[in-house]
Amino acid sequence: MAKRLYYEDVEAGTEITPLAKVATTRMLVQWAGASGDFNPLHYEDDFAKAMGVGAPIVHGALKRAWLGQLMTDWIGEQGLLKKLSCQYRGMDYPRKMKTIEEAHEGETWWCKGTVTKKYDEGGEHLVECVIWVENGKGEKTTPGAALVALPSKSNK
Amino acid sequence: MAEGSIITEDLRKMIGISSEPIIFKIEEGAIQRYAQAIGDPNPLFNDVENAGKNKYGRLMCPPGFTGWPIKGGISFIKLVESLIKAGAPPRLLDGGVEFEFLIPIGAGDVLTATTKIANMTERETKMGKMMFTKVETTFLNQDGDVALKSWSTLIQF
Repeated sequence: MAKRLYYEDVEAGTEITPLAKVATTRMLVQWAGASGDFNPLHYEDDFAKAMGVGAPIVHGALKRAWLGQLMTDWIGEQGLLKKLSCQYRGMDYPRKMKTIEEAHEGETWWCKGTVTKKYDEGGEHLVECVIWVENGKGEKTTPGAALVALPSKSNK
Repeated sequence: MAEGSIITEDLRKMIGISSEPIIFKIEEGAIQRYAQAIGDPNPLFNDVENAGKNKYGRLMCPPGFTGWPIKGGISFIKLVESLIKAGAPPRLLDGGVEFEFLIPIGAGDVLTATTKIANMTERETKMGKMMFTKVETTFLNQDGDVALKSWSTLIQF
């Protein structure tokens, strides 16, 4: 958060600083409590099987929240997130817990993105990005897009 | 698609009808717990003690967090129940979401949300016929201004 991101710092093709995440069964419980999504699809084996997804899956909204963090980390306090969208295309399965705090070895997810376009509009310096969550196999399970407004060096 | 359509007449009638308003209140503790669940240490969402010194002068919500409902319950469960009652398939998946952030949302805000079905479509897939319902939610803040709009896609099959 130390370095400020300016409009002049980005161009089409600029990579957003990637963010690593590890989904665990513990994290899914924590997310259920914090978000209010108590769908058993995310914590009950038999229910998840009956729903046709095999085993409890990571909440789409948690992956969406990771993408929110990807953007707010990147733009910092002076930037403004204006739009964020994503589609929950692929299922992701959390790592199981080994101890109260520690998860088993397994998959790490990466939140990534690229600038597609920048332009001035309505007095704002806008930047469009494609973003996604990538699983351990490199599959983009959660593709999305974001629009941010950044400060400019010229009107400081 | 009219023949064999899974979108019944009763379902079609639900398009465009607004829900009862739901009131959300945003408290600091709820914001912190949400940020912790994401694993997001950003001081904007976590540091209550120094929140007065940030750009907004208060603890802010991570994108998409709108606090807990204090009146009106959780809309989506009710909505899904009424969709199923009107003939929608019972199995549910979250298809995705789109947010438009218009006014920053943070601790102390009181939001009034209304939800309506924007459209319904269906598609033949490997898992059979799937129904896609796009739900539009508008959040007004305590000043009566639109602070957030969201469009969620519910998949039923």
